[in-house]
Amino acid sequence: MHPALSVIFFTVTSGAGFGFLAMIGLGVPLPESGIGAFVACLIAGGLAVAGLISSTFHLGHPERAWRAFSQWRSSWLSREGVLAVFTLLVFALYAFGWVFYGVRSSALGILLFLGSVATVFATAMIYAQLKTVPSWNNTLTPVCYLLFALASGVLLAGSFGFWKEVGSISIALVALVAVGAAWVCKLLWWNSVANDTLAARGSSPDTATGLGFIGKVRLLEKPHSGENYLTKEMVHQVGRKHANKLRMISLFLGAIIPLALCLIVLVTSAPNHLLALAFVSLLAGLFVERWLFFAEAKHAVSLYY
Amino acid sequence: MTSLPTETTGKKLGLVIDLDTCVGCHACVVNCKEWNTGGYGAPLSDLDAYGADPVGSWLNRIHTFEVTPEDAPAQIVHFPKSCLHCDDAPCVTVCPTGASYKRGEDGIVLVDEDMCIGCGLCAWACPYGAREMDPVENVMKKCTLCVDRIYNDNLPEEDRVPACVRTCPAEARHFGDLGDPNSDVSKLVAERGGMDLMPEQGTKPVNKYLPPRPKTAAAVEPKETKTKKLDSKGFLGWLDKTLEKL
Repeated sequence: MHPALSVIFFTVTSGAGFGFLAMIGLGVPLPESGIGAFVACLIAGGLAVAGLISSTFHLGHPERAWRAFSQWRSSWLSREGVLAVFTLLVFALYAFGWVFYGVRSSALGILLFLGSVATVFATAMIYAQLKTVPSWNNTLTPVCYLLFALASGVLLAGSFGFWKEVGSISIALVALVAVGAAWVCKLLWWNSVANDTLAARGSSPDTATGLGFIGKVRLLEKPHSGENYLTKEMVHQVGRKHANKLRMISLFLGAIIPLALCLIVLVTSAPNHLLALAFVSLLAGLFVERWLFFAEAKHAVSLYY
Repeated sequence: MTSLPTETTGKKLGLVIDLDTCVGCHACVVNCKEWNTGGYGAPLSDLDAYGADPVGSWLNRIHTFEVTPEDAPAQIVHFPKSCLHCDDAPCVTVCPTGASYKRGEDGIVLVDEDMCIGCGLCAWACPYGAREMDPVENVMKKCTLCVDRIYNDNLPEEDRVPACVRTCPAEARHFGDLGDPNSDVSKLVAERGGMDLMPEQGTKPVNKYLPPRPKTAAAVEPKETKTKKLDSKGFLGWLDKTLEKL
């Protein structure tokens, strides 16, 4: 699949934003009110909104984007839009009380947490629902999206320095486990999709043409000499070329550096603010990971080309 | 609504494409573009049409495959491909706006282009590559089964079929109600063993493909051609021998 930058940016940043919103909704310790609270809200809301705005750049007609709120009964893309807007409205109310009055409503907080998690889940389901792309159509796909969003949220929330521990467990250790769990899930996903190919699901040029009963099917001539929308969008090849190197880069930036920084905070007296650096590195790693999520995905229509 | 229709008439309009008789002339492709660029919805545009790198939206494309049996020479199969108007159309249910829909009255899958936001998700959901984004209008284009021809009382009756069917010089394309077991197309499918493309995707396509008929076995061993031994004399005989020795 063609790795469109707008969609990569959308899934990574809005994932991080809603991950942070989920932490805020849980009521984790953060600046009590005023400027500090405002900065936290700006970062969380800003990331979520920037991602959503970016996603509209992918549309042929962004001015009609409002129509996407109508089909929530059947469409995951519509559900994602509805849930995102609902969650951001809840957050607007929550942030108002928090920034101006220092009140963090636990009722609104629960809604904010549930809405954030549901939004990220719906984002993932846009891809996970597609039978045409076996690697996306995997139960681990939404799990990875959720765990990466929550790991991003824990790092961001922890970096303010107010949230020091969960029970008696240091926040650095919580962050370490969150980032680690997300990458373990991703490694399991990579392992799972390696064998879950179109061929493994019984699709081949033989079934695509129905001609397999005669013999081996091979494309002799494309419909047109040039490229078309389908080959550009769904038979994308370039991004796969350096897949192994890119996986290493995403693991280094997204897993090794953030985990090392969490460890430094855990064992030395380094300030929790260092987790912000871990967050930035995780985000960079996730951009590469998300690039591969698209570039490596093989679509059924490739069987005709 | 992008839910599939719950109330249907049982009518399933669609195409039956005969892979045995298709000669790969692309007349259906050209007539499809010709009719549909001026018919339903936005024109089917092209970019750089006369340049080095032309691209454009088409609702019907012909691929050509080579099929090699284990014990016979390879054969060529021309393969027209357009929307299959699936019963369980995944392109319809993923649409966030309701632009993509399947009609209850005849099963045709259509796009309401004024509602389309051009997100492309329906094209991702289709395993057959039946949908293409128009590069100028930025809305999703697909086969309408020439909905503006088949019910058009202003046209002579013989023209009230999809443009691709009307134009096919080999009569490799047939149009009719595949929901009616007694229709000509249904009988043809039953008789010739019409098949679904990628049935494992669970889309339940309405359009059917008729497989190529078995080929007559070719003469396996080509006859050996014997070269007549030259028995020339004189200058040419000398030249032949001399050149042979070199």
